[in-house]
Amino acid sequence: MSTPQPALDVHGLVKTFGSFRALDGLDLTVVPGEVHGFLGPNGAGKSTTIRVVLGLLRAGAGQVTLLGGDPWRDAAALHRRLAYVPGDVALWPHLTGGETIDLLARLHGGVDEQRRAELVERFELDPTKRGRSYSKGNRQKVALVAALAADVELLVLDEPTSGLDPLMEATFTECVRERREQGCAVLLSSHILAEVEHLADRVSIIRNGRTVESGTLDDLRHLTRTSVQAELAGDPPALAGVPGIHDLEVDGHRVVCEVDTPALDGLLRALTSVGVTSLVCQPPTLEELFLRHYGDAVPATPSPPGATS
Amino acid sequence: MSAVGTLVRAHLRRDRWALPAWWVAGTLLYCTQAVSIDGLYATQAELDQAAAAMEGNAAFVAMAGPARALDTVGGQVAWQSTAYGVVLAGLMSTMLVVRHTRGEEESGRDELVRAAAVPRRAPLVAAMVVATLANVVLGVLVAASLASYGLALADSAALGVGLALAGLLLATVALLAAQVFSTGRAVWGATGAVIGAAFALRAVGDVAENGLSWLSPIGWYQAMHAFSGLRWWPAALLVLAAVPVAAGAVAAFERRDIGSGLRAASPGPARGGRSLSGPLGLTWRLQRPAVVGWTLGLLLTGLAYGTIGDSARELIGESSQALFGGGDDLVAGYYGTTAVMLALIAGGFTVSSALRAKGEEESGRGELLLAQPLARGRWLGAHVAATVAGSVAVVVAAWLGVFVGYAVVTGEAGDAAHYAAPTLVQVVPLLVLAGVAALGHALGGRASALGWAVLAWSVVVLLFGEAWRVPGWAQGLSPYDHLPLAPAEAYAWGPVVGLLVVAALAWAASYVVLCRRDLG
Repeated sequence: MSTPQPALDVHGLVKTFGSFRALDGLDLTVVPGEVHGFLGPNGAGKSTTIRVVLGLLRAGAGQVTLLGGDPWRDAAALHRRLAYVPGDVALWPHLTGGETIDLLARLHGGVDEQRRAELVERFELDPTKRGRSYSKGNRQKVALVAALAADVELLVLDEPTSGLDPLMEATFTECVRERREQGCAVLLSSHILAEVEHLADRVSIIRNGRTVESGTLDDLRHLTRTSVQAELAGDPPALAGVPGIHDLEVDGHRVVCEVDTPALDGLLRALTSVGVTSLVCQPPTLEELFLRHYGDAVPATPSPPGATS
Repeated sequence: MSAVGTLVRAHLRRDRWALPAWWVAGTLLYCTQAVSIDGLYATQAELDQAAAAMEGNAAFVAMAGPARALDTVGGQVAWQSTAYGVVLAGLMSTMLVVRHTRGEEESGRDELVRAAAVPRRAPLVAAMVVATLANVVLGVLVAASLASYGLALADSAALGVGLALAGLLLATVALLAAQVFSTGRAVWGATGAVIGAAFALRAVGDVAENGLSWLSPIGWYQAMHAFSGLRWWPAALLVLAAVPVAAGAVAAFERRDIGSGLRAASPGPARGGRSLSGPLGLTWRLQRPAVVGWTLGLLLTGLAYGTIGDSARELIGESSQALFGGGDDLVAGYYGTTAVMLALIAGGFTVSSALRAKGEEESGRGELLLAQPLARGRWLGAHVAATVAGSVAVVVAAWLGVFVGYAVVTGEAGDAAHYAAPTLVQVVPLLVLAGVAALGHALGGRASALGWAVLAWSVVVLLFGEAWRVPGWAQGLSPYDHLPLAPAEAYAWGPVVGLLVVAALAWAASYVVLCRRDLG
């Protein structure tokens, strides 16, 4: 498989705020035609990375290549080829949503009338309301419509669904898939693994300003184990040593373990053969993953301004 | 009402640095006058001579108040401090009311507070309690400082009581504005307009002696005649006016939704107009209400000063000619000072306009905008353009006001043009002010207050520079201090060019700094 030139290539990125090291050697590559999940717990440095990529913050060290250029030096020229949705969308209080969308579109070189109308319709946005009277989700929709209506090579989306209801989230997923079909690269940051799981082709997981995992979802399958807690009717079957079952704890009739997705079926069959009185299955949260895979608790570092997530 | 108590305590904690600063400034405003009068005039004869000169000077009367008992220390204190004391108390009250009512609503914190077990009116009451406390303490400090300096107790107390009541009246005005308007900025604008109108009405009324001063809270305060035949009843006017305003504020509060003004938010256009297509169109759209409001305000203020016409001449005695302005024509001196006064007021627009970019950056809207294909330089340039255009508009409006006012009253258009013209030149210090404010924003942190600091210092220099014997270099920090007092003095282009160079350098520096630093 020939690798196309990446839309975004970050190597060893370092960013400090005073004595606080927000980014500490971060690597990230996004290629055209892929949705790249950018995962990390709150305060990991996702938004800081995005702000450096957008040329709003100056990199301390490392290389950032954005669409073949330098995001700090050529910010304005490169921004013509990308669109951005901030994590916390702030709008002009007296401008209506429609006016804001048009302003952003015109800064991008013009309004694609058909796409604009279609997106306003699909996101069920009332464009006549003023910025101050929109809810968080509606503010997000304004920024999403503006970003998705732009004809760009890269979409940078910082926790874009945090205020959307499930219906709108589905619309959002559809729209992002369409843009991917058209060859657009998408950087999608989130702190919820499940959110990017069904959308992302590849995932980078960062923690404390450093990339700890990167690859396709198949590569990272070990991170998507399901945790199972079961109360059984009788003595538990012999599960120790069975491939795909990890961190097994047996306590009387109670079984707690982690299971790889392919081994889930076998585990459930074994459990139900004994008889199940209660069963809880849940995908591990990112925080749990970090605890299990990287050994220590996520420290509560105070975030400086500009490093909110 | 324990909720009110909790809120008041939280507010006071938040204001623990700002309040003492206002109190110190207000107390100094009064008591330094007493000290400086004693310092400036060694003998009663000298004070008598100066008093005779000041009494007849229309510009001084317009700037301070009706001249009464100027040959006494107390009379001088009352004359020189009261008008600015009310302005200061009014600004303090506005800050407190905006910060604790509309500002909290805008930020969404008010909603958080109201979600707790808090009675509906508690946030309103708490803000007024804090404003009352602040004004009472200010009044007590002023009265105590003057009395302890050795001035008559009853008159000192009257200055304190009147100041506190005037400050409180303006707090109710701010409270009413905070119910009517949906943004803190608009509340500042409305209350500022009321304070400005109060000042202008009494300026015109005091010079023309036509009773207009009785329409102004400052006029009521000064009508108490502290240190010149004290009478208490005008203080009742301050109370009587505050009651309906406060009642109006409560009524308006009951009629509106939390988070909005008296008028419900109306839907707007679904599409952006043709003008809203770039940074210039956007900044104009953002700054338009402020430009229109300030332009109207300065037009009216200019009119007020202009309608004094040449009556300044009749008020001026022969003896005082050497004292004022260095010019031979005292009407010219009056209009020269008027031009600087108007430009100082306009400075309020210029600094707040230059700092709009800062507000955009801090709100996160700057981030949304600069993630578009828009270079920082162009973004900053659009803000500078709006500030320059707005400052020019405001100054031209002030000029027009003076010109029309003078021409209508005297019927002499030629003289009107002559006396109004220096107002136009005053746009130059405004440009310096704008550049300094922009540089402060670019540098960020504490430096972002630079624009306001320079404007405040300029006011101090104009009002007290001579009285406090501020050294020349320090007076020179005021951009207003470099132009000759035209038309009393000859116009000079050297300082104009010099100031323009300073403004350009400040802008260039702000551009360089802003393009090199992290955003947000």
